[in-house]
Amino acid sequence: MTEQMTGAQALVRALENVGVDTVFGIPGGAILPAYDPLYDSQKLRHILVRHEQGAGHAAQGYAQATGKVGVCMATSGPGATNLVTPIADAYMDSVPIVAITGQVASGFIGTDAFQEADISGITLPITKHNFLVTRAEDIARTIVEAFHIAGTGRPGPVLVDIAKDALQSKCEFVWGEDMRLPGYRPVTRPHSKQVREAAKLIVESKRPVLYVGGGVLKAGASAELKVLAELTGAPVVGTLMSKGAFPDSHPQHMGMPGMHGTVGAVGALQKADLLVALGARFDDRVTGRLDTFAPHAKVVHADIDPAEISKNRHADVPIVGDAREVIADLIVAIQAEHAAGRTGDYTAWWKQLEEWKTTYSLGYDEPPNGELSPQYVIERLGQIVGPDALYCAGVGQHQMWAAQFIKYENPATFLNSGGAGTMGYAIPAAMGAKTGAPGKTVWAIDGDGCFQMTNQELATCAIEGIPIKVALINNGNLGMVRQWQTLFYDGRYSNTNLNSRRIPDFVKLADAYGCEGIRVESADEVDAAIQKAMEINDRPVVIDFVVHNDAMVWPMVAAGASNDDIKYARDIAPNWELED
Amino acid sequence: MSLHTLSVLVENKPGVLARISGLFSRRGFNIDSLAVGPTEHPEISRMTIVVNVDQLPLEQVTKQLNKLINVLKIVELDSSASIQRELALIKVGTGAETRSQVLEIVQMFRAKVVDVATDAVTIEATGNRDKLEALYRCLEPFGIKELVQSGMVAVGRGSRSITDRSLRALESRSA
Repeated sequence: MTEQMTGAQALVRALENVGVDTVFGIPGGAILPAYDPLYDSQKLRHILVRHEQGAGHAAQGYAQATGKVGVCMATSGPGATNLVTPIADAYMDSVPIVAITGQVASGFIGTDAFQEADISGITLPITKHNFLVTRAEDIARTIVEAFHIAGTGRPGPVLVDIAKDALQSKCEFVWGEDMRLPGYRPVTRPHSKQVREAAKLIVESKRPVLYVGGGVLKAGASAELKVLAELTGAPVVGTLMSKGAFPDSHPQHMGMPGMHGTVGAVGALQKADLLVALGARFDDRVTGRLDTFAPHAKVVHADIDPAEISKNRHADVPIVGDAREVIADLIVAIQAEHAAGRTGDYTAWWKQLEEWKTTYSLGYDEPPNGELSPQYVIERLGQIVGPDALYCAGVGQHQMWAAQFIKYENPATFLNSGGAGTMGYAIPAAMGAKTGAPGKTVWAIDGDGCFQMTNQELATCAIEGIPIKVALINNGNLGMVRQWQTLFYDGRYSNTNLNSRRIPDFVKLADAYGCEGIRVESADEVDAAIQKAMEINDRPVVIDFVVHNDAMVWPMVAAGASNDDIKYARDIAPNWELED
Repeated sequence: MSLHTLSVLVENKPGVLARISGLFSRRGFNIDSLAVGPTEHPEISRMTIVVNVDQLPLEQVTKQLNKLINVLKIVELDSSASIQRELALIKVGTGAETRSQVLEIVQMFRAKVVDVATDAVTIEATGNRDKLEALYRCLEPFGIKELVQSGMVAVGRGSRSITDRSLRALESRSA
């Protein structure tokens, strides 16, 4: 069935047809033709943000909360370049988003026209794929291809740059045309021989670890993972990006590995004789110094992206496939091993693991000067709000504490910027998450540094009726950088003091943005403030928790150091040989 | 590190060369030479890329290239099982007394003279890298005034074609 329409109308129709319900964006010259039919759309809700970076992170938050592809839109030139950071962020964390940008008219491309930027060139290294569309008749098919690429295989960002004249000119709208992607064939079905080999290694091993990454969440494989973990009896180590994939309360959960992981999780990896990596990518923040990482372990590495396998660490058993299918097949293969009388005996391993777990449990010291402890605030938030809410963190100390002291029991309940480490992610991501999951309570846990990068989206939240809640962990400093200055630069605090306990007044700022602002300065006010925030649902809430500025994130593996040299607290190294 | 020859079939679309060269530079892989041109199928271009890497990074290069949406197929061509050729145009200064010596070298290398001036000849030569380097060494004493060389192109020996399957993939989509 064909119909005459403009490229802009074709764009809006195509977005409707692929199932988009929300678009975050800001109009401008080159994208303006698209905003006209968008105005009439009954199916698309456009949320007018305050900065394109907010649109990009909101699309990410929407995608991470719903599992659908998030959409953001911007004009050419600076509109498009403002999307670069969230696109890079989505690329690092494999978040499916489609970014639609206007481009100058095709005849002007390459002439340094007003608001021209080669955004497809700029985003080449940070997109899964991108398109430059110069003909109206290509728009609908390109949108279908963009959503297919973004949402399948290893998810990621796709940019569609559309020249203004393509939006303005007429075309036949054709729906159901075949995609033209002969070079795109993601493998999702794992190789059965490799799976059987992995199962054999698991039952033969003495000290196995299931090293679980964000791929398990993306594949929606949490239920399967629980079955696999309980069937094998092996400990689970879950990365920052996998939070919620395996319940934190589960007795087999050893916690998060890496630079600020638990001693138990880091120790489990270092002493393991088998790592079963499921949708994880051996990131440097997890491995520490690579040549001393898990030195005794054989590696089974399952990932949907073949390029991740043996990229950083050689895989003895490589498995290319979707995490859900891999785990489902592994369950069957393990059952077959068990039926043949071969089961793993990890009794001695668990004795060791339990000792680490109890001896080196996560904790923190109260600030010596009686100030509010940031860890306490975050711990109480998790306890009061509970595991059904969504939590979005920014980047830095508060992010690590949010990973350590809130217990995640359900998939897709912890959203953060893991790979890119983008300060300013939390507020717009929370806005996107709340838009995608309006029935959920959404908390942004943000630092005062991060918050000041993107807090203008609170205006969007207030006006569009997106009542997010913000726990602002205000230590007045770029806390994580300050921590490194304390530890590695002799306490020379070069340019980390933001003075944001003084300026701005965050309560007044919240008020100015149409939000409820609450200030908390002592421990006895914490619960009441959180409870009050939970009762307000007609506007966003910002709680300014003024906290101690010398609190540090522990445990810690220093950058470039071996995981073996993890410090449980400052100057305290764990004793690995507890059993002796 | 050692040289490896990759034949890469790509969709014949704008920007594909930038995607490939960008991938090499951002992943820190060294391109020794790159040649790109049309194939027997108008929708497919073929790149011959010579990379200077160890075996393990080579695997990464191949996997990362395969992730590019416009890349259809990658084959590593072993030097013993393929024909590898480069083309060179060499401008050599010659006077009346040296021209015959230069022409003798041209004949020995089965190259040919494609332009003559009173004080120079331009030679066209094809061959693998070793042959061309030997030719340069022989011509050097006469004075190489200008040299331009193509990247390597290569094709596997025997009757098999690496384009067959990619063609079928393209055709099944358009059918």
